[in-house]
Amino acid sequence: MRILIKGGRVIDPKTQFDAVADVAIANGKIISLGKAPAGFEADKVIEANDHWVFPGIVDLCARLREPGFEYKATIASETAAAASAGITTLCSPPDTVPVIDNATVLEMIYHRAERANNARVVSIGALTAKLEGKNLSEMLALKNAGAVGVSNAFKPVKSSLVMRRAMEYASSHDLTVFLYAEDPWLRAGGCAHEGAISTRMGLTGIPEIAETIAVARDLALIERTGVRAHFCRLSTAKAERLIARAQHDGLPVTADVSAHQLHLSDMDIGDFNADCNVRPPLRALRDRDGLRRGLREKTISAICSDHQPHDIDAKIGPFNNTEPGISALETLLPLTMRLVRDNVLSLNEAIAKLTIEPAKILGLPLGTIEAGAIADVCVYDPEKYWVLSKEAMVSAGNNTPFSGWEFEGKVVHTLYAGQSVYSAK
Amino acid sequence: MSYRQNIQLTPDKKLKHFLTIEGLSRAILTDILDTAETFVSVGEQAVKKVPILRGKTIVNLFFENSTRTRTTFELAAKRLSADVLNINISVSATSKGESLLDTLRNLEAMQSDMFVVRHSESGAAHFIAQNAPDHISVINAGDGCHAHPTQAMLDMFTIRRHFPSFNQLKVAIVGDILHSRVARSQIHALTTLGVEEVRVIGPKTLIPTDVEPMGVHVYHDLRQGLDDVDVVIMLRLQNERMQGALLPSPQEYFQSYGLTENTLAYARPTAIVMHPGPINRGVEISSKVADGPRSVILEQVTNGIAVRMAVMSMVLGSYAAARGEK
Repeated sequence: MRILIKGGRVIDPKTQFDAVADVAIANGKIISLGKAPAGFEADKVIEANDHWVFPGIVDLCARLREPGFEYKATIASETAAAASAGITTLCSPPDTVPVIDNATVLEMIYHRAERANNARVVSIGALTAKLEGKNLSEMLALKNAGAVGVSNAFKPVKSSLVMRRAMEYASSHDLTVFLYAEDPWLRAGGCAHEGAISTRMGLTGIPEIAETIAVARDLALIERTGVRAHFCRLSTAKAERLIARAQHDGLPVTADVSAHQLHLSDMDIGDFNADCNVRPPLRALRDRDGLRRGLREKTISAICSDHQPHDIDAKIGPFNNTEPGISALETLLPLTMRLVRDNVLSLNEAIAKLTIEPAKILGLPLGTIEAGAIADVCVYDPEKYWVLSKEAMVSAGNNTPFSGWEFEGKVVHTLYAGQSVYSAK
Repeated sequence: MSYRQNIQLTPDKKLKHFLTIEGLSRAILTDILDTAETFVSVGEQAVKKVPILRGKTIVNLFFENSTRTRTTFELAAKRLSADVLNINISVSATSKGESLLDTLRNLEAMQSDMFVVRHSESGAAHFIAQNAPDHISVINAGDGCHAHPTQAMLDMFTIRRHFPSFNQLKVAIVGDILHSRVARSQIHALTTLGVEEVRVIGPKTLIPTDVEPMGVHVYHDLRQGLDDVDVVIMLRLQNERMQGALLPSPQEYFQSYGLTENTLAYARPTAIVMHPGPINRGVEISSKVADGPRSVILEQVTNGIAVRMAVMSMVLGSYAAARGEK
C-alpha cells in the first residue's frame, strides 16, 4: 500500500522539521518528505491542506483489560479507540490476570494485538513474580519475548531489599524499571488527595508524602544500583522537584504525567463525582501547576493517558466504593493540545511529549516522520470544534470526567505502520 | 452536569433532599429550627400525633447499625402519621453481589416517598439522591465521615434554646474530629448560623489535615481551647480508635482531653455541655459532668425528634402545612 499525504503542515519534533510537505509512504515506511520520488504512484492520497501531520502518538500507559477483564474492554476495542485518537503505540502495564510475568502471556497479548491490527501494543513485564514483591520475575525471558521494561505496576515492592535486588537484576539485563511511586502504608484506604477537600468531604486522604517518600526511597536505590528508571504518572509538585534534583545530579531517571493531572484537581470531585476517582488521586491546584512547570522544564518528558476503561457498574456507588481510573485514550491528544492553548507548552514541545520522548523512554525507533522511519502518522485538523460526549466514545469504557468539555482540533486520519487504521467520517 | 448544581434544592430553592449542611443558606437552617419549634409541643400532648404526612411512606434504610438515630427517625415519622418501613441492610447483604443500586431499585418498586439513609461510606446519601427517581426525597442519617446533618441541626436547636442568639457564641468541639461526620456538619451549621468562633480540640492524630478552611481554629491543648467558650461539644471516641497508632490508651486520652469539672472550669460559667451520644463515661467525659447541671445531653435526644419531624415535613413539601399546624 502506497499512500501520499498531500499538502499538510508536517511537524516532527525529533528532526525539528516544521513546514508544508508531502509525505510519501510505502511498505510501512516513510519514503520521503517533500517531493515524492520520481515514479511514486500512490494507491491512496490523503488531502491534508490546512491540516497538521505529525508522528503517531506513543502512549506510555494504557490498560487494555485483556487478559482478565474482558467485560470492561478488550485489546481489539481499545486499539480501535487508540486509532481514532491518533495513538499508534500503546504500552500496557503487567497487572493483567494472569500477570505478565512470563513469556506466554506476553506472546498472547502481542498475538491478539496483531490480529486486531489497529495499533502497536508493547508491554511491560512484571518486576517480581506475580507482582507479589517477593521473588524476581524471569526478566530475561520477558525481554526476549518483547517486554519493553519491567514494573510492579500498582503493587508495591514493600521490601527495600527486594527492590534493590530487582533493580540490580534489571540493570544487568539493560531493562528500564517503570516505577509507580506510592507508599502503601501512607496510602492506607485513601481515595482522594489529603487536604482541605478530602477533609470537608470526609473522604480518607492519600497524603502527598505517600508519593514523595516512595520517590525518595526509589531514587536512593537507583543511585545505588545504577538502573535506568522511569517514574510513571507523577501527581505531586514535590515529587517533581525530587526528580529534577536527581536528574541534575546525573541519575538516569525520566518521568511522565497523565494528561488529566494537568487539567483537574481535587476540587473537581464536586459532589462525589466517581469519574474523578483516579489513582494517583487528583491533587491540589499547586500540584497541577508544579507538574505543568515540570513539563516545561523537561523534568517530565512525556504525557500519557493512564487509560483505564471500566464497565458501568465499576463507577456506580459511593465514591470510595467505585473503581479508580479514567477512560482516557480519546482525551490524551485534546488535553495535551489544550496546554498549547494555555501557553504551558509550545506546539513542538507538546507533540514531542506524545511522540519522540515516550519513544525514547521505551527505547523504540518510533515517534518521528523522517525518511526510513516506520510510518506511524497522525493527520490532525486544528480547527475542528467538538464536544466530548460519553455516548460518542469509541473505547468500551466511557468513564471520563471530561464529558461536556469543548475542544478545538481533532484527528482526521491515523496511519499505523503505513496502513490507514482510522479516517474521520 | 448534575453534580455542579446543589442537588438538595428544588428549582425554587426549597429543600428537596437533606444530605449535608454545606451549601444551605442561613434562612433554610433557621426555617428548620423554627419549624422544629412548632413540633416540640406535639411531644408534650396526650395524643402525640399530627396528620401532616398521612399516607406517605418513609423507608429507614440503614446500612450501618444504629439504634438511637433510627429510633428517633422512626418516632418522628410516626408522629407525623407516616407509614414507616425499617430496613437494616447488613454489609454482608450488599457484599453478596447485590449492588447498592439494585437494592435501591427494589425499594423504589415499593413506592415509597422518602429514604432515610445511613451508610458507612462518605457520599452514599449523595449517590442515592443522584440515582433515585424524582419523587423520592433522601435524608442523610449519617454517611461515612462526611455528614450527619439532622444531628447537627438538633444540636443547633438545643443551643438556640439556651442562648438568645448565635452571634456572640464561642463553641468548642472536642475529640475525634478526623472520623466525625457529626463534627463536620456542626462546623458547617455553626459557621452558617454566624457564631463568633468555632474551635476544634484534639491531638494531631485526630484532627484532619487542612481543617482550618472550614472556618475553625485548631487547639491541641484542652484548657486553652476551652477558655471562655459558651458551648462544649464532646465527641464520642470509637472503641477501635482508643489504642494503636492514633492514641496510646483511653486513660491517657481522658487525662489530656477528657471533660471533667476541673477542665470545664475553663469555659464560661454559663457554658453548656453537649454530646451526640452514646457516651463513653471516663473516656471523653466524666460522669459528674455528663450528669451534671451544665449537661444538656438528654435534651438533645428529645429535641432530635422535633428537628427530624421538621426536616421530614419540609422535604416532603408539607412545609406550609407544618407551619399552619401550630
